[in-house]
Amino acid sequence: MTGPDRRPRAEGDDPWAVLRSATRARVALGRAGDALPTARELEFRAAHAAARDAVHSPLDADRLRADLGGEVLVVASAATDRATYLQRPDLGRQLAGGTTLPATGADLAVVLADGLSPRAVHAHGPGLAAALLERLPGWSVAPLVVATQARVALGDAVGAALGVRAVVVLIGERPGLSSADSLGVYLTWDPRPGRVDSERNCVSNVRPPHGLSYAQAADTVAALLGAARELGASGVALKDEGPVLPPGAG
Amino acid sequence: MTVRRATLAGHTYEFPTLVELMARATPLRSGDVLAGCAAESAAERVAAQTVLADLPLATFLDEQVVGYDEDDVTRLVLDTHDARAFAPVASLTVGEFRDRLLAWAAAGDEASISALAPGLTPEMVAATSKLMRTADLVAVGRRARVVTGLRSTLGLPGTLASRLQPNHPTDDPVGVTASILDGLLHGSGDAVIGINPATDSPARTVALLELVDAVVSRYAIPTQSCVLAHVTTTLRALEQGAPVDLVFQSVAGTQEANRGFGVTLDLLAEARAGALALGRGTVGEDVTYFETGQGSALSAGAHLGVGGRPVDQQTLEARAYGVARHFRPLLVNTVVGFIGPEYLYDGKQVLRAGLEDHFCGKLLGLPMGVDVCYTNHAEVDGDDTDALMLLLGAAGCSFVIAVPGSDDVMLHYQSLSFSDVLTTRSVLGLRPAPEFEAWLARMDLLGDDGRVRELPADAPAARALLAAATP
Repeated sequence: MTGPDRRPRAEGDDPWAVLRSATRARVALGRAGDALPTARELEFRAAHAAARDAVHSPLDADRLRADLGGEVLVVASAATDRATYLQRPDLGRQLAGGTTLPATGADLAVVLADGLSPRAVHAHGPGLAAALLERLPGWSVAPLVVATQARVALGDAVGAALGVRAVVVLIGERPGLSSADSLGVYLTWDPRPGRVDSERNCVSNVRPPHGLSYAQAADTVAALLGAARELGASGVALKDEGPVLPPGAG
Repeated sequence: MTVRRATLAGHTYEFPTLVELMARATPLRSGDVLAGCAAESAAERVAAQTVLADLPLATFLDEQVVGYDEDDVTRLVLDTHDARAFAPVASLTVGEFRDRLLAWAAAGDEASISALAPGLTPEMVAATSKLMRTADLVAVGRRARVVTGLRSTLGLPGTLASRLQPNHPTDDPVGVTASILDGLLHGSGDAVIGINPATDSPARTVALLELVDAVVSRYAIPTQSCVLAHVTTTLRALEQGAPVDLVFQSVAGTQEANRGFGVTLDLLAEARAGALALGRGTVGEDVTYFETGQGSALSAGAHLGVGGRPVDQQTLEARAYGVARHFRPLLVNTVVGFIGPEYLYDGKQVLRAGLEDHFCGKLLGLPMGVDVCYTNHAEVDGDDTDALMLLLGAAGCSFVIAVPGSDDVMLHYQSLSFSDVLTTRSVLGLRPAPEFEAWLARMDLLGDDGRVRELPADAPAARALLAAATP
């Protein structure tokens, strides 16, 4: 025996067909003795490799700057390399020593941060940023900022330095095996170091075609920004009175 | 306060408090570096271990790591300490206690080791683990016997059970059922069929409980189910008359961290009483299930001890077991490697933490299981989890967690697979829980050689299970 018969069959004849269609879980993989068959083992390794590469491939700031167009500022966090970044979330929330940014007095700053998946920022950052800015005609916007080795809260330091009223951080999310390029969006009103997570709003899983589209995400973020401006706050208070977030945006 | 010191290679290291001594003595861990309490050099770490080895075990009854007056975990542990059980080791130092445990383990003296549990405190076992090597943790953990039961008996010598974790991103009933069947066909699920719900909705929790109960009842499977919702949600489900086998809750090692989880000791006692009243057990009455994991207190900013000093994450983890054991659990598992590399950086740290947690829990009298797992931003892969899995099997771990193909599609992390459980059992000659093994035989899923058979999907046994699930 080399494992269950996995030859293609008419759907009505395969008891697993209906069940498989209801989950992306790796069910009915077959067996090689007690272990997985070679093909299934390699599929798993490929998914893990994609997720690992998503974490460890550095952000190409020059390429991103070119994709974004216009004036783009590039900053780094105080975490000097990837290993430090992963172990010291506190450093990933601070700007590198000596960083200077112009005080703009603008309404909004948009930060594209590598987070745990630089690949997600390359793939979806420029598209989402453009979709968002299109929806904010009445807002003055500071030059776009690209940030490396960055955690979400680095946006607070950037926003404070730029002197803006709100900051939106587009950041690569922790990659799962089936989603190595998912982008998250975090909005903070009146950004300054020391803001806590409950003072932010989040829209996650921007990842067309499997996750949210740029238009869907930008609509939600633009609406949140409008509500934040009225309320003068973001976070838990805004969630209570603002628009309904899409499922999974927690 | 006694300043303790040791001289190593001409340099004298000082440890002004017990909190610092414990933290400096612990093997290197990224979470302790993050908290600012790790040893600053390899030499300082050994110096601290040297001081710790000479510390009388009884010191931990008089001197606290987290203050008695401000922390209900400390009060629970000290107020329920059993001096009679402690008596055989009361005069030993931490180093002598390590030697005694190893001597008992080598002699196969399970009774002496297991009888100590009510006399030990979390800090005592944490301190001892810091002096042990990997093989020491395995040798002693293996001899600490903890047997529990509800509808299956767990922790018997020569057994390894598994939690079948059939998570689904939207809790889709057919999707969840597909994963349950895949696990059952691989001989998994004797510890529990335990679902992490995608939301904390009471209605969803009840629906999932009913779904698993229907499968378990229809095939008379000697196991228990659990929906790992917040304890307050499970209390609501109990009020609605849902088939609750086990009350679940994540717990941590300080009152403040538990407050962050939204739980109090009173709430846990109330929920346990509720589940006990249903009388759903057949072979036992252990009705609680707790999850823990190194780093959770730090992650909640609730990791400070006496004098506002950071307590190391391994000591805090052992203190979580001090909470769990008060509620007579059927199952406890540490989720080692779930949070991320800022707490356990790589395979070496994950492996060490998993074995420490198993050792400490067992010595404190807990039915310890481990979720052998990792996230994609940690320096860990399947080779590392294989090593930990096989060591845990050798260490007499009560159960491990298993998901289809190692890939949890709801929580976005990797745990063990159903295949891994089969491998561990066959490599180490371990068997499922006896009631479950008999059920596998009745279902024609067990071969004459005692191994779970490789079944084509159209075999009668597989077909019967599949037909029941197909809408």
